[in-house]
Amino acid sequence: MPRVSMTVNGRPVSGEVEGRTLLVEFLRETLRLTGTHVGCDTGQCGACVVHVDGASVKSCNVFALDLEGVEVRTIEGMANPDGSLGPIQAAFQQNHGLQCGFCTPGMVMTAAALLAENPSPSEAEIRAYLEGNICRCTGYHNIVKSIQAAAAELAAGRVAAE
Amino acid sequence: MPKDFGIGAPVKRREDVRFLTGKGRYTDDLNRPGQAYVHFLRSDVAHGRIAKLDTAAAAAMPGVLRVFTAADFAAVGGIPCGWQVTDRFGQPMQEPKHPVLADGKVRHVGDPIAAVVAETLAQARDAAEAIELDIEDLPAVVDMRAALAPDAPKVHDELASNLCFDWGFIEDNAAAVDAAIKAAPHVTTLELVNNRLVPNAMEPRAAVGEYDAADDQHTLWTTSQNPHVIRLLMGAFVLGIPEQRLRVVAPDVGGGFGSKIYHYAEEAFVTFAAKVVGRPVKWTASRSEAFISDAHGRDHITKIELATDENGKFLALRTDTLANMGAYLSTFAPCIPTYLHGTLMAGNYATPLIYVHVRAVFTNTVPVDAYRGAGRPEATFQIERVIDKAARELGIDPIEIRRRNFVRPDQFPYQTPVAVLYDTGNYQATMDKLEALSDRAGFPARREASAARGKLRGFGVAAYIEACGIAPSSLVGSLGARAGLYESATVRVNPTGGVSVFTGSHSHGQGHETSFAQVVSDLLGIDAAQVDIVHGDTARVPFGMGTYGSRSLAVGGSAIVRATEKIIAKAKKIAAHLMEASDQDVVFKDGRFTVAGTDKSVAWTDVTLAAYVPHKYPIEELEPGLEETSFYDPANFTYPAGAYACEVEVDPETGEVEVVAFTAADDFGNIVNPMIVEGQVHGGIAQGIGQAMLEVAAYDETGQLRSGSLMDYAMPRADDLPSFTVDHSCVTPCTHNPLGVKGCGEAGAIGSPPTFVNAVLDALNAGGFGVDHIDMPLSPARVWAALAAAR
Repeated sequence: MPRVSMTVNGRPVSGEVEGRTLLVEFLRETLRLTGTHVGCDTGQCGACVVHVDGASVKSCNVFALDLEGVEVRTIEGMANPDGSLGPIQAAFQQNHGLQCGFCTPGMVMTAAALLAENPSPSEAEIRAYLEGNICRCTGYHNIVKSIQAAAAELAAGRVAAE
Repeated sequence: MPKDFGIGAPVKRREDVRFLTGKGRYTDDLNRPGQAYVHFLRSDVAHGRIAKLDTAAAAAMPGVLRVFTAADFAAVGGIPCGWQVTDRFGQPMQEPKHPVLADGKVRHVGDPIAAVVAETLAQARDAAEAIELDIEDLPAVVDMRAALAPDAPKVHDELASNLCFDWGFIEDNAAAVDAAIKAAPHVTTLELVNNRLVPNAMEPRAAVGEYDAADDQHTLWTTSQNPHVIRLLMGAFVLGIPEQRLRVVAPDVGGGFGSKIYHYAEEAFVTFAAKVVGRPVKWTASRSEAFISDAHGRDHITKIELATDENGKFLALRTDTLANMGAYLSTFAPCIPTYLHGTLMAGNYATPLIYVHVRAVFTNTVPVDAYRGAGRPEATFQIERVIDKAARELGIDPIEIRRRNFVRPDQFPYQTPVAVLYDTGNYQATMDKLEALSDRAGFPARREASAARGKLRGFGVAAYIEACGIAPSSLVGSLGARAGLYESATVRVNPTGGVSVFTGSHSHGQGHETSFAQVVSDLLGIDAAQVDIVHGDTARVPFGMGTYGSRSLAVGGSAIVRATEKIIAKAKKIAAHLMEASDQDVVFKDGRFTVAGTDKSVAWTDVTLAAYVPHKYPIEELEPGLEETSFYDPANFTYPAGAYACEVEVDPETGEVEVVAFTAADDFGNIVNPMIVEGQVHGGIAQGIGQAMLEVAAYDETGQLRSGSLMDYAMPRADDLPSFTVDHSCVTPCTHNPLGVKGCGEAGAIGSPPTFVNAVLDALNAGGFGVDHIDMPLSPARVWAALAAAR
């Protein structure tokens, strides 16, 4: 079987894959990074969202073999260096933006991508951006609130840094 | 002032940390040494006879360990049903066999026919394609009315017909209700459909079976809301495994909404196959597989009649329902359209005469069972829709007609004519709160503003009540339940004062690890960080009934309170001995034991240590140790209730509906964690709006599920919904459980569908379009068609 090498959460990794092996399978089965979830088989639910070279990608929709040399970031790479919750993760906990936790990794990764593109999104912009992520528990109310809170927190951090 | 911990505080959830860092432990995350994988070959036709099933080529494929068919399960029982309904003639329901793998016939698209166990999932899938299968198509019955025709094809050849049961409730009242309706000055009639739904918890079902020959022990890890129920049903009725040799673990579970209550064939399969092949066997459903193998919800067709006087006073109510069971009886299917539906037909109202007629029907579709609300949404939808229609016919304001008929606060406890006894409530108070929070007074101005933009604006309202805290065991036993519905808890105090609480409730998103710890820390006066909650493992927790029907806090929480009270009583005796006082004089407060009226005191940890190091100990009268168990069987259901309002804008050109505002005023009794309660209501409202506006499991006439994937089935997305206004400040504490709590998990899903539909019809009628009803989901096409017909 062919081999693929990439960087995942800052760590160089490689493994044997079939041509049909999806990135999410490589992450979950080969690397045993089970924080990235599979909620559907049609690219709809967004539970598998990760970042590939900084862009948010549904990892059930790309082949691992096509990703030689890329940098992947998953939910396991979102905490602060000291292991505490990163600002988006902390905002989800503070605002009860998760219940069963299954869609949560994808939601956090999508939220991070949104806030990188648009640091202070409106509620409508947040809701539109979440179109590709389904949550069955929260009714999205507290996910939206969490992302608004994370945006404010990140903005405050930028002001403090300046 | 609310405390920042303990009962009533919005404590942040401790379980979030693992979920937010990718450290959750869901069933599919689990990998056992030597694990093999199973792929199920499922029927792609709704009804047929298996003419040929040859697995030889598949068995020879690379990596295949074994291919299983029904023949392998000849000595094994079928999947059992947990509730027997007795019909209105005193006869038991028709109960078909439900084999683990299809035996001779397939009865719905998705019915498992064969199972390939292989080294890898890809090899199992590849081999399944090499199975030679011929199915002789038989005509499928999909429509419930057609299924009841005398010459309809039978789903089960061994049964007399497709009628599972013909149930009347309360049968003795049928004649009086009929007479009252015939004599009434006004009767409002409505025919409606409660649309079939797919629960779609975000985590697809999964199961891992393992067998340890050394001590003849089976283990099943599964996505379950109630691992002990699975152990009992599967161990005793399907596989014949003694319960002490079978461990069922439900680790982190990614949502349930009812769909993970039931014992499914795949669980029995992996447990059975693990022993046969001598390897752990893992199964994880794809989403498409979930659509055709998870139990569906709702699917009722109903005619309801409401008799009133000229002033809108309710005189009598009668409802006639066809309820779809699907192809087999899922675990609790028969009780949903009967006891969880019929007993709620009084709603919030003092209607004196009620009769409920339900016929349950087998069809060639996926089995139907409880889905968030389970019977109560179906009841509430009918009542609240027919009331709105009656209000329009009688020219009475929709809120006013409800207020005229509410059970009054001074009528509690209120005996309904449909068997249940409401212990407490105040429906006027939640309606008052709703009118204020939703700014109903300002609605005319908002309607004008919408009209100026070419939109029809509507304001819809509904009230709801539900029976939660399921349920008194003796009562449900008399109604056909084949299980008790108590809950268990063990509170284990460790020598150094920390506490492990073992609960029979199961958390799959509800946050029990946080809220249950709040309860125990509040009672013991110790830091919640010293209290750990353990659930979901039959090897660790006492026999428990699990989580569904908004029962965890009302029943499971009550068991925890009772066990903790026993701990306190024993600890006081130990403390009294340490202080050389009478235990009657010992006061326990804020984690300290004091002799009343003295300055003598000992700390919690002095007592916990003495319990396990009993050097100075009343050993003649008390055993060492500090661990207590309680099995709490509730005295009654609990009755959460509330009033909901929805505002919509309808585009008269396209039929598109936008939910502009949604307000919920709920009475859940006492609240342990308001943050979690609000989250439950948000999620319930979203599922209810999903049912009313977007979702339907649509079958074609041949029994193919047309909305069989997330591409086709319209789940609510973030941009379909507004932010919600929710309130739980109206509190009438439950009178019969120690916390005074009622439950909040299903309310949103029960109250919101009629609220939404009433809002759309208000928009249409106020806009000059005379439309009585539109069946859910109110898609743009359906709304547009109703507008066109009314033009």
